[in-house]
Amino acid sequence: MTWKEKLLQSALEGSRRDLSRLLTMIEKGEELAMSKGEENHDYMILGITGPPGVGKSTLVGRIISYWKDRGKKVAVLAIDPSSPRTGGALLGDRVRMDSANSGEGVFVRSLSTRGNPGGISASLMAMSKLLASCGWEKIIIETVGSGQSEIKIVAFADKIVLVDGPDRGDIIQAEKAGIIELADLVVVNKSDVPSALKVAENIRSAFSFSNENDSPEVLLVSAERNDGIEEMMQLIQSSESPLWRSRIKIRERLLSLWDHRLMSSPMLNQVIDDIETGSISLEDGLDILSGWKNE
Amino acid sequence: MKIVMAKPGLDGHDRGAKVIARALRDGGHEVVYTGLRRTPEEISRIVMDEDATALGLSTLSGAHDVLVPRICELLRESGMGHVMVFLGGIIPERDHGKMFLEGVRAIFGPGSKTEDILAFLEKSESRIEKNLPIGVFNDDGWHWN
Ligand code: B12
Ligand SMILES: Nc1nc2c(ncn2[C@@H]2O[C@H](COP(=O)(O)OP(=O)(O)OP(=O)(O)O)[C@@H](O)[C@H]2O)c(=O)[nH]1
Ligand SMILES: [Mg+2]
Repeated sequence: MTWKEKLLQSALEGSRRDLSRLLTMIEKGEELAMSKGEENHDYMILGITGPPGVGKSTLVGRIISYWKDRGKKVAVLAIDPSSPRTGGALLGDRVRMDSANSGEGVFVRSLSTRGNPGGISASLMAMSKLLASCGWEKIIIETVGSGQSEIKIVAFADKIVLVDGPDRGDIIQAEKAGIIELADLVVVNKSDVPSALKVAENIRSAFSFSNENDSPEVLLVSAERNDGIEEMMQLIQSSESPLWRSRIKIRERLLSLWDHRLMSSPMLNQVIDDIETGSISLEDGLDILSGWKNE
Repeated sequence: MKIVMAKPGLDGHDRGAKVIARALRDGGHEVVYTGLRRTPEEISRIVMDEDATALGLSTLSGAHDVLVPRICELLRESGMGHVMVFLGGIIPERDHGKMFLEGVRAIFGPGSKTEDILAFLEKSESRIEKNLPIGVFNDDGWHWN
């Protein structure tokens, strides 16, 4: 057995320390050879996304407690952007998740967007899969984004909750970009702030203009006051993704893997050099990169 | 470097920890801030889940002499003896020797300069590259100040 295989076996047998080390390896772009049948129990990947500061982490804290109280093992991957200039990052999501510290049945990993040679989306897919194989039943992924984000949460989440807050209305922007139809539920947080009502109304009326009768529900909650959380969890669990969305999901997965393959090609720097000097065209470069396969 | 910045115990002074967390980020590090009032057990688990290379502890309340040894012990017990621990806040001079014996590699009091802290982290990184001990387990007695 190689060292990596030993680590994997130990993680599958429940070693938290080794699971954590494997997540770091995935983050650094390594691939784990996991056989298909290893996720032999029910699990769910829940994506929580929305603009900065709307209360996603506070909400995740509530969701952790909800599932933990029902005996579920909950893992969280919380992603914050890293500075493109220095590569540094301040990962502060844990601060808002008190329940993150509540014991053996909760695992929280903070991640920055850098250091993922193959793009964070592909890493997140692999990490979720590993967590599921190690017996984590509920996997929550928190990402910042309101549509323009390069993190394609649709690619790996089974359910997606879009969070907005008072005085934001960013979701209206997302609606224009056609992202919103991918959400299973829209949550307007901070219902304790009066202007949240208005935001919820605006979003609802924006939906009423679209012909689809499968637009997501819009729910007002207050993560801070623990208001509306039960209802939110019931909606998350009962919402059924329309069939067309699974096709979009497969498409996004393909795109993420495609990105991953291109970005982790050992030829990448050479190809960029050659394009820069003009010795090959962009199309040539793409052909070279896509011909490479990670074994 | 991936660094967990933690506030152990009941100490509510968090200005310093926040200032340093930001300064380290600007210095190119990945900093996980835990927030206030974490127990030694919580801190040790956070370091494990985050697979951090280093743990920065900030204490101003005077409880470091109990909390720091406990945290270092928990790290060693749970297979994380390779983690580098450094301290900041109000740590009286007379306690420094004891902290270093626990495996702490540096102590930064009030008025510390960011450049100095970053230089310490750079030195630590070069020690890791050279396979020199840096964690709380394999102590060769090296410390920064
Ligand atoms: C501001 C302050 C407060 C504020 C805190 C606000 C906040 N959210 O942080 C308030 C008013 C709430 C407060 C309350 C109390 N305080 Co007070 N407070 C201070 C004061 C005046 C300044 C602290 C500060 O913020 N400095 C600015 C920051 C940037 O500096 P710093 O924290 O030292 O951090 C620097 C370095 O230490 C280092 N650093 C710090 N942490 C870390 C971590 C790492 C990893 C690294 C590398 C570096 C590092 O880098 C920073 C930059 O150089 C100090 C006295 C002093 N001059 O230190 C007393 C002081 C800390 N407080 C004290 C006390 C006793 C209290 C109280 C118990 C009651 C009281 N007497 O006021 C309460 C307790 C509150 C609680 N729950 O814990 C005492 C502690 C005595 C002791 N240790 O024996 C002090 C020393 C005052 C004194 N001389 O008596 N306090
Ligand atoms: N009034 C009110 N404030 C809230 C509520 N939920 C969260 N907040 C506050 O909103 C701020 C941001 O909360 P976070 O949970 O960190 O938000 P976030 O969306 O995770 O933020 P980023 O990860 O930085 O994008 C904090 O100050 C919270 O205390 C709420 O229901 N009502
Ligand atoms: Mg957050």
